[in-house]
Amino acid sequence: MAARKILPWLGAAIILALLPPFLLAIGQPFYLDLARRILILAIAAVSLNLILGYGGLVSFGHAAYLGIGAYAVGILGFYGVGNGWLHILAAVVASALVAAAIGAVSIRTSGIYFIMITLAFTQMLYYLGISVAEFGGDDGMRLKTRSLFPLVDLNDPVAFYYVALALVILSIFVTHRIVHSRFGMVLRAAKSNESRSRAIGFSPYPYRLAAFVISGAMCGLSGALYANHTNYITPNLMSWQQSGDLMFMVILGGMATASGPVLGAFALLLVEDLLSGWTQHWQVILGPLLILSVIFFRRGLAGIFYKADA
Amino acid sequence: MLEVRALTKNFGALRATDGVTLEIAEGETHAIIGPNGAGKTTLIGQLAGDIRPDAGTIRFAGEDVTALPTPRRARRGLARSFQITSIYRDFTTLQNVALAVQARSGHSFRFWRRAHADDSLISPSQKILEEVGLEKRMHVVAANLSHGEQRQLEVAMALATRPRLLLLDEPMAGMGTEESQRMIAFLATLKRKQTIILVEHDMDAVFRLADRISVLVYGRVIATDVPEKIKLNEEVRKAYLGEES
Repeated sequence: MAARKILPWLGAAIILALLPPFLLAIGQPFYLDLARRILILAIAAVSLNLILGYGGLVSFGHAAYLGIGAYAVGILGFYGVGNGWLHILAAVVASALVAAAIGAVSIRTSGIYFIMITLAFTQMLYYLGISVAEFGGDDGMRLKTRSLFPLVDLNDPVAFYYVALALVILSIFVTHRIVHSRFGMVLRAAKSNESRSRAIGFSPYPYRLAAFVISGAMCGLSGALYANHTNYITPNLMSWQQSGDLMFMVILGGMATASGPVLGAFALLLVEDLLSGWTQHWQVILGPLLILSVIFFRRGLAGIFYKADA
Repeated sequence: MLEVRALTKNFGALRATDGVTLEIAEGETHAIIGPNGAGKTTLIGQLAGDIRPDAGTIRFAGEDVTALPTPRRARRGLARSFQITSIYRDFTTLQNVALAVQARSGHSFRFWRRAHADDSLISPSQKILEEVGLEKRMHVVAANLSHGEQRQLEVAMALATRPRLLLLDEPMAGMGTEESQRMIAFLATLKRKQTIILVEHDMDAVFRLADRISVLVYGRVIATDVPEKIKLNEEVRKAYLGEES
């Protein structure tokens, strides 16, 4: 039973680990870049899945933390701080704080109001990013330096790829532990039947807020990596389209499944890459494809491989 | 244990609860009966905390809980079952009960250890499932239980919080005769050990289980007494029992 569950994960990890030597051997380093981007955004999708999939909190503003994480790296670099640990720390802490503030207000609402409030907060941050000319405003800003770590050089595309891969695996594992813990059970229960939860003595609010903060912090990490990936930061990272992309990865991949967000990230971004190489109007094709996939894969791509574990 | 004073609730022009005064003693099984629309579920809702009364007070275990929200009342030992089954349909039977056990075991800001491998949650849950007779259905997803089993689970979850006062809102609703009999027999085993407020339509169950009965008509308590006296009460027969037969 346990082995059957672990084997697909092991297989996927091995394939992803062997990807860089393979791509370099066939002379396609561009795809290494794409794979790295997918892995980094997969971390953001995994973090969103914690609140969207397991918590039932439809946050339509998750790109905010991607942006905050990225700007944390960019702004520290701007002031001459290159220490990678500091970059990561700043990205995670800043994202957690902003998530705490946004969550404290928005989690008091539910349904469509929650969606709209999270969107509104993120739009605020987006326009803030546009208006601060010092950090590039609308045009964005080039990183002065990538985050510096001992032993690992993020300028080495292969090393950076493995860092991203390790962090995806870590984020899946951490999320897995959280959702099966007591905390996770309360979070999922409140999604399943809130009035029952209240009747047995759980106030969902503090648990949802904590999940929202954890999720924001994890997404901030993804943002810090993303800044290093593109070497360039723009407010677009906080646009509602980006939030929508993250939501789509989770829904397409399979909400409340461990592998769903990663599958969704690969599927969405690979198809996007494929179509955009083929025609300029790729979104016209992507849209209907997404709609069809939602109709036919009710439980997401992860549902094809195995039943969502309870 | 529970003292309700002059509780009043209006829904627009409708007075759903009209100056209800009740006293429930420790260890008592107190039934609330009344025709449809008498305001029984509204009353339970106010006792549990889901509905805010317009006037009146509710004292529980010596403290005024009128302003406390549902979860805090539940943590003080006021548990309810719902008339319309309210369980975690996508969780297993065991997980449902384990959550209720977890609710009374301190805060749940524990992020790492697996809840389903936590014996301090699982073994009390298994015990409760054995008591209500659901132990063989432990690992079944709750949505796949039969209606009767879901009703049993509903009661099991309320019990698993180890309440000081158990509010049962029509626990036999929609059950077949055989299932009802089993539920009545089970509730009978709780008598004396557990203080219970029982809202029920099944008169057989009420007269077998209740120590005292309050009759609610149009939001008002028209009589509170032991079952034998309620049966003979002229006003009650006119307002309620007469309609049934």
